[in-house]
Amino acid sequence: MKDYNLTHLRELESEAIYILREVAAQFERPALLFSGGKDSIVLVHLSRKAFYPASIPFPLVHIDTGHNFKEAITFRDEMVKQFNARLIVGSVQESIDTGRVVEEKGINASRNVLQTVTLLDTIEKNKFDAAIGGGRRDEEKARAKERFFSHRDEFGQWDPKNQRPELWNIFNGKKRMGEHFRVFPISNWTEMDVWQYILQENIELPSLYFTHEREVFFRDGVWLAAAPFMEMKPGEKAEKLRVRCRTVGDISCTGLVLSTADNLGDIIQEIAATRVTERGGRYDDKRSDAAMEDRKKEGYF
Amino acid sequence: MTATEEADFSSKAYLNMQLLRFTTAGSVDDGKSTLIGRLLYDSKSLFEDQLDAVKRASVQKGSEHLNLALFTDGLRAEREQGITIDVAYRYFATPNRKFIIADTPGHIQYTRNMVTGASTANAAIVLIDARNGVIEQTYRHAFLAYLLGIPHIVVCINKMDLLDYRQDVFEKIKADFNAFVAKVLPGEDLRFIPISALKGDNVVKPSQKMEWYKGRTLLETLETIPIDQDHDMVRQRFPVQYVIRPESEKFHDYRGYAGRIAGGIFHPGDEVTVLPAGIKTKIQRIDTFNGPLDEAFPPMSVTLLLNDDIDISRGDMIAGTGALPEAASDFECMICWMNPKPMQLNGKYALKHNTRDVRCLIDTICYVLNINTLEQIPGRTSLAMNEIARIHLRTTKPLFFDPYTTNRQTGSLIFIDEATNETVAAGMIL
Repeated sequence: MKDYNLTHLRELESEAIYILREVAAQFERPALLFSGGKDSIVLVHLSRKAFYPASIPFPLVHIDTGHNFKEAITFRDEMVKQFNARLIVGSVQESIDTGRVVEEKGINASRNVLQTVTLLDTIEKNKFDAAIGGGRRDEEKARAKERFFSHRDEFGQWDPKNQRPELWNIFNGKKRMGEHFRVFPISNWTEMDVWQYILQENIELPSLYFTHEREVFFRDGVWLAAAPFMEMKPGEKAEKLRVRCRTVGDISCTGLVLSTADNLGDIIQEIAATRVTERGGRYDDKRSDAAMEDRKKEGYF
Repeated sequence: MTATEEADFSSKAYLNMQLLRFTTAGSVDDGKSTLIGRLLYDSKSLFEDQLDAVKRASVQKGSEHLNLALFTDGLRAEREQGITIDVAYRYFATPNRKFIIADTPGHIQYTRNMVTGASTANAAIVLIDARNGVIEQTYRHAFLAYLLGIPHIVVCINKMDLLDYRQDVFEKIKADFNAFVAKVLPGEDLRFIPISALKGDNVVKPSQKMEWYKGRTLLETLETIPIDQDHDMVRQRFPVQYVIRPESEKFHDYRGYAGRIAGGIFHPGDEVTVLPAGIKTKIQRIDTFNGPLDEAFPPMSVTLLLNDDIDISRGDMIAGTGALPEAASDFECMICWMNPKPMQLNGKYALKHNTRDVRCLIDTICYVLNINTLEQIPGRTSLAMNEIARIHLRTTKPLFFDPYTTNRQTGSLIFIDEATNETVAAGMIL
């Protein structure tokens, strides 16, 4: 008898495409939050599939901390050109210059938290009513409780204790003026699913994800990239090592892993063998046990 | 994911696994958190930094042992109060399958969360504390799984270690449960497993202490439950989600109907009827980014092109002409009320069914169901949070549906409060 089962990757893909089409159907001004990281690259790929042969019916929005890996920016610009997409950049530097936020000081200073204000300002300025993100429930314990369609009040805040029930594949995107939604089409994917999907679909990634030589230094169990704006503590010293990114974000909080993996197959084996979660290398999550929940309530990605 | 020396995670076998979604209902007292922790831990799905964080938090809270509930309780309020408030989703994989767990609290005041978790599940784990046997809560959990159309129920009789792993304890509970099921849950696929989540017996590894049990462990059961019959593969159902009209020279005349197949197998050339127009046409092509397909089946997301130029928009349904769905603007359904603000008889609500939005008026509450005893209580005029009832409603426009027992996609709907926009109820069409 013929087998009418989808593989796990095809089922997750179909679910994500369904959600993306719901967004296009239910909202007037959606946007896709694009960080240059693998999850948002996968989202762009899924969006192309969802609306083929039409082009992606929403712009990509990049919240630029100014502290980017240059490889990620180059990749972003090439991709936008190749897919004929529309790019809107929200600048954290501009938020600092206009006094909307105050730059953190000290050794652990990061622009990660500041992004929230820039993100909410960008959403308000462009009147976006849905912001699609690459968040996954397996990433972090607060994200495990996140809905596909996540309601935000007029201040952009998330109320985790008062979320709308979400049943079957029926998504409620109804809202009042000034409110918006965050939508997470790959909620049900794990890190391994994302990598296997990238392999299966042959999706191009920034070179940062593959092994390369870089000046790095070690802090609290995490390798961080040396950069002019990264202040080092006494005793910390930069050294040249072969590393790769497991996630790509702002330089100040993206941990690198020592690795010689130069192809997707090796990366997948590395992830299968690893005993630390993906966000274990994220410096921004180490601030407290509820660091992610607190940032998310305020309107973080 | 279990990382063994030989496994090649880029190989075809690992890229083409099946996905099983299951729900767990139970309270901390039944050992639900311990069971989930055990599944994740023994399948090597817990990471060191997650374990470290839980260890740190356990010590801080003065726990003597590793408190695995801290791992599953994600929100600050949950950790503070030591309760699970919401549905949490967990992920793990074995070399045979990928799993999504909808972890829900089991207390009656969280019925709505159990219903939510159950809505997308292929299987349900019902936990029984061997010391207490079958209790009210067991019936409730099994009934909710049945009501939400979960075809497979795995009954785990836990804490066998506290009763010397006795077979008669297991057999007695199994008999009690079967007596209940035979009466009210016809057609359910039931499996019984004696386990100790704490000691690990029959969860991932077979028990050395219960040689009298010849069946599969819980993990083996989850790896082998058939999932291919969970969709209606006969009656063709395609709710139109979005119309694709590229504004480009190359695809000037392209008009595709995007959606996710909710039932049946579609082929190019198939006779279909477009509802509500009632116009018959044929499938010209099944389109995807990767090229046209010879056939498409649930739950694939595809784009259909039709032979004739018909005015079709979101909310319409393309169905096989040979077996059309029911079309009605008044019908009965079972609902679970999910909002603190009670449902009022003759109340008006917005309603979402597949991709169709209508308004409705609830004109009859046939009865409220006591989900512990399954007693039907007539004569009620309102419905409180977590209550389940059979109602009759009228809609502003007809819906195209199947009974929920035939098709979980075309038979389900949600109710929305028009003042707050909150999802207030889940409905299963009878």
